[in-house]
Parts: sequence; structure tokens; C-alpha cells
Amino acid sequence: MSKTFPKWTNTLPLQIVIFLILFLGSVTVGITYYFTPEYTRVGYRPPQPVAFDHSLHAGQLGIDCRYCHSNVEFAGHANIPTAETCMNCHNQIKGDSPLLALVRSSYHDGTPIPWVRVHQAPDYVYFNHAVHVARGVSCYECHGPVNEMEVVWHDKSHSMAWCLDCHRHPEDYLRDPALVYDLDWRPASKEAQREAGLRFVEQWNVNPPLSCSGCHR
Amino acid sequence: MRYVYLIFGLSVITVLVLAGFRGSFSERPPIEIFPDMERQPKVHPQSPSTFFSDGRSDRPPPAGTVPRGAFYEDTYFASGKQGEDWGRGIPVEVTQQLMARGRERYNIYCTVCHGTLGDGAGITREYGMIATPTFHDARLRDMPDGEIYEVITNGRNLMGHYRYQISKEDRWAIVAYVRALQRSRQGTVDDVPPANLSELGL
Repeated sequence: MSKTFPKWTNTLPLQIVIFLILFLGSVTVGITYYFTPEYTRVGYRPPQPVAFDHSLHAGQLGIDCRYCHSNVEFAGHANIPTAETCMNCHNQIKGDSPLLALVRSSYHDGTPIPWVRVHQAPDYVYFNHAVHVARGVSCYECHGPVNEMEVVWHDKSHSMAWCLDCHRHPEDYLRDPALVYDLDWRPASKEAQREAGLRFVEQWNVNPPLSCSGCHR
Repeated sequence: MRYVYLIFGLSVITVLVLAGFRGSFSERPPIEIFPDMERQPKVHPQSPSTFFSDGRSDRPPPAGTVPRGAFYEDTYFASGKQGEDWGRGIPVEVTQQLMARGRERYNIYCTVCHGTLGDGAGITREYGMIATPTFHDARLRDMPDGEIYEVITNGRNLMGHYRYQISKEDRWAIVAYVRALQRSRQGTVDDVPPANLSELGL
């Protein structure tokens, strides 16, 4: 009988199977790794029209978050401050700086400063800042160490699974409301956090919604 | 077969080089992989809008209107005035809770310039804001409470107004706290309750 197929073709089916496993495995790993907000959102650090430095204002000068984001305690939306707020100090400090030209023009004629939004939940998510900060969810838990950021970046994934981590186990994240705006505070240990967290959960009857309609209306 | 693996290996490396790793900094807006209604044509606070001629979604109240919840009777509480003059006294009940609230609000909005102690030595002084007065002189000690309320509401001289940041209730809480700060520099040993004297070593 003539050799229609050379001998090496005997292993071909096996080789194809091995390659397919490897190939499909890599595709799965790739999608798992890349097709998630942990990849798409985290690290987004757009340049802003005015080079506002949080590490200087909130970190070095120690200005409270609420000095500028003054609506955060009673509104769903944590506001970007008006130019008036900037000018409370910058009418006297660095009043002629070219870096502040946009702030001055906004102050004088009301032209909005085209800030680039960093954190933007999908439009079908209704997140409310006020309820979270009032019950001891620190700015830090969602926005990271903003007081150390020269240019603000997206620090946490803000994926739905990430929201649910905390909604399922709030005791691992809640802190004393007096410390919500203290971005340098860290729990002494995991156990200490859990112990205090469980106390807060009980004391305030914290019962984060797990149903769809809690956040999607 | 080895070529297949070679091509495969090269494509993995290409993906890694092009896409990078999780958490690396980028200036490109996040890719929305499944953009199912993630962005809807609705009005968001403080966002651009093509609907209004001035290009913004936030609307100023029309002239001659008062937003719901923003109306106050023309009382001392709302104006700081009793008759024609700045009033004296705090028009809300001064409780421990109010003082705590006043201290918290003071430390957010006022310490930046006026300093934690009210001596005008806030952090901004080091950066060139030298005109901030101290609360601990005769002029400001004698200033009527209503006038302090007015300064917070509308600003004065180089100080901007805080009427949007601080609610009326909170402004009065701050006035009460400023009074306490001033009092703290005027205290004598006679002000200390006898029971607490030993704590001070007296």
C-alpha cells in the first residue's frame, strides 16, 4: 500500500486539540483580563483644562473635601466647585497666574470651565453620594487616595461586582462618619475594621440594597 | 506546527504590547465594551447640553422666582437684622449639638483662612493671604452676631460669600462657635467649674 499520508500526520489530531486548548484558553484569559472595568476604567487620567492639583490643595494644605465639593453631604451629585469657590482664595493667591486664566474668565463672565469627567457611572446607575458618605463610606473607598493625586485618575473599577462587594459586606468598608473625609485614615487591621464595621452596621441598621432596583431605576 | 506556535506567541505579545496591563495610566476615555444604554440623551447635573443656548444643563432660576425650600420669612434668622440694625443673639437654640455642628462646619469652610483658633493664621496666610483678621480683638468681639452671619452669607472686603456652601442653620451654628472661640481667649480660672479644676492641676 502506498503511503498516502506521511507518518507525522498520525499525531496531527492530537496536536490540533492541544493547540485549540491553548488558543481558546488564551482567548478566555484575555477576555477575562481585558473586558472589565478593572482594565478599561482604572488608570484613566485625562489632562484637565486647569491643572488643579489635589495633592497640593487637599493633601499639603489640608483643605477639607467639602470646601469645594460642598453638595456631597445632601445631594446625589458631588458638585464640581464654581469658579467663585476658587476665587475665595485665588483673588489674592496667585491672582495673576496664567494657569488660572480659565478660572478668572469663568468667574467674570460665567463661561464654564470644560473639566474632563473622570468617574462616570453608566446612565442606568443611580448613585447617590449623600447616603454613602452619611453612613460612613469614605471618599477613599471609591476614589482612592485623591489627596495624593497631582492629576486625578480613576483608581477603583466601579464595576457592578465591585459595588456588590461592599453592598454584601458593608462591615469591611464602613468607618466612623467623622473619618469619612480623612483620606489618610486606614483601619488598624482587618479584624479591627470588621469589628467596628459590624458595630456600625448594627447601630445604624445599614442594609444596602441587593435588588436590581436599588441602583437601577 | 512550530510556525503556528510562533505566530500564536507573536500575537500574544502584540496584544500585550498594544493593550498593556490593568491599571496603567491612560489619557484615552475608557472603552465601553457593551455600551447598552450606558450613555442616554438626558440631562446630567453640571454637564454640557446642546439643548440650551448657553450650552449647559444647569439652569439658573428664572428672574423673580424662588426655588422650593429656599423661601424664608424676613426674620432675624434669615437676614441677621433686627429692625435696621444687625441683631444680637443666636436665633436658634444653642445646644451641645449645635456647637459641635458649628465646629465641624467652621473647620471645613473657615479654618483655611481664619485658622483653627480663629486668629487669622490659616494655611492661606503662608501663601500670601495676609489680610485675614483675627477674631480676638475688640472690633470683632463687639461685632453683632447678625453681622457675622451677614459676612458669612454675603462676604465682605476680600472674603467671598458662602451662601451656597453653608445653609442658614449652619451659618448660625458657626456664629455660635466663633463666639465660643472668642470666649476661649477671655476665660479666667473662675470660669472653670470647681469639679474640673483638678484636671487642670489647679
